[in-house]
Amino acid sequence: MNHEIPSVVVRDLVKQFGNFVAVDHISFEAHRGEIFGFLGPNGSGKSTTIRMLCGLLRPTAGHALVAGYDVARDRETVRQSIGYMSQKFSLYNDLTVIENIRFFAGMYEVSSAILQQRIGWVLNMAGLSGRELALTGTLAVGWKQRLALGCAVLHRPPILFLDEPTSGVDPISRRHFWDLIHQLADEGVTVFVTTHYMDEAEYCDRLVMIHQGKIVASGSPLELKQHAVEGELLLLECEPLGLALDLLHTDPDVLDAAVFGNALHLVVPQAMAAVARLRPCLTAHGITVTKFGPIPMSLEDVFVALTGKRVKSANQEV
Amino acid sequence: MRWHRLAAIVRKEVIQIRRDARSLLIVVVMPVLLMLAFGYGVSFDIKHIPVCVFDREGSQQSQDFLKHFQASEYFNVVEAVNNFPALIHAIDAGSCRLALVIPHDYSLKLRAGGPVSVQALLDASDNNTANVSISYSEAVVQAYSQQLQLEWLNRQGRFVIQPPLSVDVRTWFNEDLESMANIVPGVVAIVMAVIGSFLTSLTIAREWERGTMEQLISTPVTSLEVMIGKLVPYFLIGMLDTVLCAGMGIWWFQVPFRGEWSVFLISSALFLTVVLSLGYVISVVAKSQLAASQAALITTFLPAFLLSGFIYPIDQMPAVLRLITHLIPARFFMTITRDVFLKGTSIPLLVNDLVALAVFALLLTMLATRAFQKHLS
Repeated sequence: MNHEIPSVVVRDLVKQFGNFVAVDHISFEAHRGEIFGFLGPNGSGKSTTIRMLCGLLRPTAGHALVAGYDVARDRETVRQSIGYMSQKFSLYNDLTVIENIRFFAGMYEVSSAILQQRIGWVLNMAGLSGRELALTGTLAVGWKQRLALGCAVLHRPPILFLDEPTSGVDPISRRHFWDLIHQLADEGVTVFVTTHYMDEAEYCDRLVMIHQGKIVASGSPLELKQHAVEGELLLLECEPLGLALDLLHTDPDVLDAAVFGNALHLVVPQAMAAVARLRPCLTAHGITVTKFGPIPMSLEDVFVALTGKRVKSANQEV
Repeated sequence: MRWHRLAAIVRKEVIQIRRDARSLLIVVVMPVLLMLAFGYGVSFDIKHIPVCVFDREGSQQSQDFLKHFQASEYFNVVEAVNNFPALIHAIDAGSCRLALVIPHDYSLKLRAGGPVSVQALLDASDNNTANVSISYSEAVVQAYSQQLQLEWLNRQGRFVIQPPLSVDVRTWFNEDLESMANIVPGVVAIVMAVIGSFLTSLTIAREWERGTMEQLISTPVTSLEVMIGKLVPYFLIGMLDTVLCAGMGIWWFQVPFRGEWSVFLISSALFLTVVLSLGYVISVVAKSQLAASQAALITTFLPAFLLSGFIYPIDQMPAVLRLITHLIPARFFMTITRDVFLKGTSIPLLVNDLVALAVFALLLTMLATRAFQKHLS
């Protein structure tokens, strides 16, 4: 499909902090113009990986090439080819919008000939035109994030690393932010993004699911939903929920059962056969079944089925 | 090193300093306050020693003798008592340092040609003040005895015989023997050490504390550019503060400045480079503003105050301590400021101290560049 050299190549990358293995032999490739998602709960090793790729942390073992350069040996060359937006907002709150932009333009040596044009582009992109003189600390979170993105792409890097760029941002700003990411990807920028929001993962061209430092699945969102988990998905709404869960866990036909909001999601080899067999069994135990039928698999179902862990509970989703 | 990036860092630092009321306070108010506090607070002059007297005779002659003590600027008769317990109490309570007891037969013995003994009791818990009190009172007594002797000889109609030997004293550099003239140039050095290291001790720690460091080090900027970019604005501020402190010394404290401004400024620039780099290294290591500022104070203020020769003369120190003072950059700058202020010494005689400062400056800037690593953890 893509015959170019991949933008990011990771081979057996390991990061250890003392005895704790934060990243455990991961390998993957990301291609030019791709939105590459890194999905996993907090502490799964997403940020550690992204920091190694930006040359901020030294890998314990393994290799990573970013834009063709080794992140351990050619850190400075790597840094010139990437834009990075850290998880925590890290622009200067005591500088104005324009001062931050000018500072990072200086850091990336944006030549004065094109500086004005770039500044205009960033201000326009972040929707901050007219607020150039506002102190950055006084901006709302959504605007800060867009400014941070703007400062990370001032030098038009071919690869962009975004570490949980939308955490703490309201849904409308998140939507807007993702529009910007798509726009950059359309221009050929490889966007490497970590998230723990399932709905955001759907926007990615390709995904890697990471759990306890290991990759548990990878592929496009569609591929993951169709092939990562064997079996079909059932939704069960019933009362009482806990009793049903205990019962289903012991059933040999149920591959996986987990609570999603106020219902259960079951993974079974064959949806219709399972419903026919399980419904009377549940009723016999005094459980009132209000809804029981097949539903399409979501990324969250895939993740839960693969790890037994929720990425983020449904009621926490914004 | 790229000028673009260096200039961007300098500009950013200047904006941040300008917007931060706290750092402006440190830059402008702190040097003035420190100069005033040390300039007035530290004094080695011992004057107006409180004296208590017990005149057991109470004659015109005994009172005349006491008047000579009162007239001296070194003594201040604060109390006259009429019994021993009251005298002891005055010493115990600390209301006087020196107690004089005049015998009941003072004038009688005097008229008989002496000798008369006047008793002096001293509170020697502060041995320095006690020593000084002894020599001052001996001087007063001797002058008075001579005067009495002279009067007696005159009455006898005899010639006055001059003593065969006399010392002809000329005090150089600090003609009035004012301790302020010695202290104020030293205070300039101490204030520079404190302000210089304090200013830079916050710069790197602040970036870590606010989380801005992660973004900064993800850019292609180099450690050297970060260091120079952060030191340059503080160097300029430090030089302004130096001129401010020296100016206060000259025009406020009236200390003579006899040297060349160029010599003073060159050595100040070297010393500032030393303390700014030291503060920067501390800032890199500490990673928290509070820890960094305290470490900066401890590593610069205390040695500069105690081991630089500011208070305790280095040639009076035990050999080991004297060796250690060579590790204190302020020691060399202390010599230079005093010499330039009071003696007007020029560069050839200050070469050793200047070279020492230059070596410190080189080592610490190298350490500062090395200390800052562009990665996390």
